[in-house]
Amino acid sequence: MTGRRSRTTRQLTAGRGVYAVLGVAVLLSLFPLYWTLVAASRTNTEIHRMPPVLLPGGRLWHNVTQVFAQTDLRLAMLNSLVVATTVTASVVLTSTLGGFAFAKLRFPGRSPLLASVVATMMVPTQLGIIPLYIMMANWFHWADHLQALIVPAAANAFGLFFMRQYLIGAVPDELLDAGRMDGCTTRGLVWHVVLPAARPAMSVLGMLTFMAAWNDFYWPKVVMTQQNPTVQLTLSELASGYIKDYSLVLTGALVASAPVLVAFLLMGRQIIDGIMQGATKG
Amino acid sequence: MAAPTAAARGARAPARPAGRRPAGHRPAGHRRHRLDRTLSPYLYLSPFFLVFGVFGLFPMLYTGYVSFTGWRADRPGSAGDWVGFENYRKLLDDPFFWNAVKNTLGIGVLATVPQLLLALGLAHLLNYRMRGRTLLRLGVLLPNVTSVAAVTLIFVQLFGRDFGLVNWFLSLFGVDHVDWQAGTLSSWTAIAAIVTWRWTGYNALLYLAAMQTVPFELYEAAALDGASRWRQFRSITIPMLRPTILFTVIVSTIGALQLFGEPMLFSQQQDPTTGGSQHQFQTLALYSYNQFWGRFKYGYGAAISWAMFLLIVLVAAVNFLAARRMRGVE
Repeated sequence: MTGRRSRTTRQLTAGRGVYAVLGVAVLLSLFPLYWTLVAASRTNTEIHRMPPVLLPGGRLWHNVTQVFAQTDLRLAMLNSLVVATTVTASVVLTSTLGGFAFAKLRFPGRSPLLASVVATMMVPTQLGIIPLYIMMANWFHWADHLQALIVPAAANAFGLFFMRQYLIGAVPDELLDAGRMDGCTTRGLVWHVVLPAARPAMSVLGMLTFMAAWNDFYWPKVVMTQQNPTVQLTLSELASGYIKDYSLVLTGALVASAPVLVAFLLMGRQIIDGIMQGATKG
Repeated sequence: MAAPTAAARGARAPARPAGRRPAGHRPAGHRRHRLDRTLSPYLYLSPFFLVFGVFGLFPMLYTGYVSFTGWRADRPGSAGDWVGFENYRKLLDDPFFWNAVKNTLGIGVLATVPQLLLALGLAHLLNYRMRGRTLLRLGVLLPNVTSVAAVTLIFVQLFGRDFGLVNWFLSLFGVDHVDWQAGTLSSWTAIAAIVTWRWTGYNALLYLAAMQTVPFELYEAAALDGASRWRQFRSITIPMLRPTILFTVIVSTIGALQLFGEPMLFSQQQDPTTGGSQHQFQTLALYSYNQFWGRFKYGYGAAISWAMFLLIVLVAAVNFLAARRMRGVE
């Protein structure tokens, strides 16, 4: 894939002005996160000083311990981890299989089904939230259980569409035909041809799904309680206390973001490629 | 990726006992093969349609049904009270609903317009050949991977009235302390800033990807004709980016009209779903949430949800038509 994307076009070389403006943009992008680290490593009084402190202090570890002592963050992180991992595995698998079906298999009803998948991406979450809650609470008795977060998120239109777009180009038709001639079943093709070819896109989709599941706020807010929270719920609870210790609130924000930030730094390049690839093919 | 696997398979195939497969198994294998080809696509698509049907489509239609009832969670037995269009009629006379519409649209404009313009400019700069390209891209995308909850809490602090960095920074230029939560325009601006911060880099990367498909020769030819950089940007880049711009306009519009977490966590009130002391930043998503979980008015809340959906479709359609008509300079 990367080979085909390599540019034959030439570009203008950046001058100092371009570097300067981009530098400012990146600074603005990073500053709130940097400042969270500053606040998370200081006391509440220190961050309420004017002019403000702009360098990290030495209390990060102390604050982190405090946050874990004062909230259910341990349970919340475990819950979020379980939910995000399960959802990611499921979404990547169902999207790869479904994306392959849309990209490479011929079957009656393909176009209308694909159109309906794209259309579902437009539907706001809010639209079904009450019945969804009623179903979870009264019919399935899943309210406040992790499966209420996992099952509805186990497959989604974006993933399906994303994998379809990728697999159209990544799996040559000739290879599939050759496999068929050899008497390979569809499952065999998936195993031997599609999955190996889809791996780069699967990892990008996996990362995006994990981040979305970890960061989700609205649905957990509806269906879960503080007895069995996710990270984002604990975080919002921490911020709604009567006496607000901002250094602790921001320590919580830092802890809640840490896994995703680390993953992003490890996978960032692939994620960027994935986003840009989706853009040109869309 | 696929080629080595296929080669390996090819190499393995002759190892099977020659002639066994074709002979005896043919008819049964053939039928199974056909069945496999007809059923597999549906099998592979079934998880999505099952999940979407049960947890997406059904609740959505059910919300439509609920919006025609007088269901209140605090009034047992009211679930089936059919009231027809009563909830929608009430909606039209509800000042809080119109207030929420106004806030949603206002914040939406403040959040999407600067966001997309900034993204366009940023993408243009990122498109220069330069060192440290990947790092710069990572830098602008980083805000996007943070959570709504964490980001909003960070910005609540930054936009604090007495000790916030934004006010401190403004005071360097002689601007008096702004109470960001209290005012209408100030609270809209602050919430829009949160959204803009999170999404500008993401959109910039989408634009950048599209820009890289524009042939350099077009710019060369334009430069020979004496077109300025700005003129080239307007007459070549923007028109070539039209499909991507269309896409980002629609997606960010839909996102902005559903704003929930940002206004909710931005609120310092006892009840965060009121959207500030004067409802100055209560969005439609917050208002429907408030009716559902705060006041137990399921029927009315459902009507708000559907009204919100219709508004999204309407605004997205208007934007779609407007963006599609967009041309370069001519």
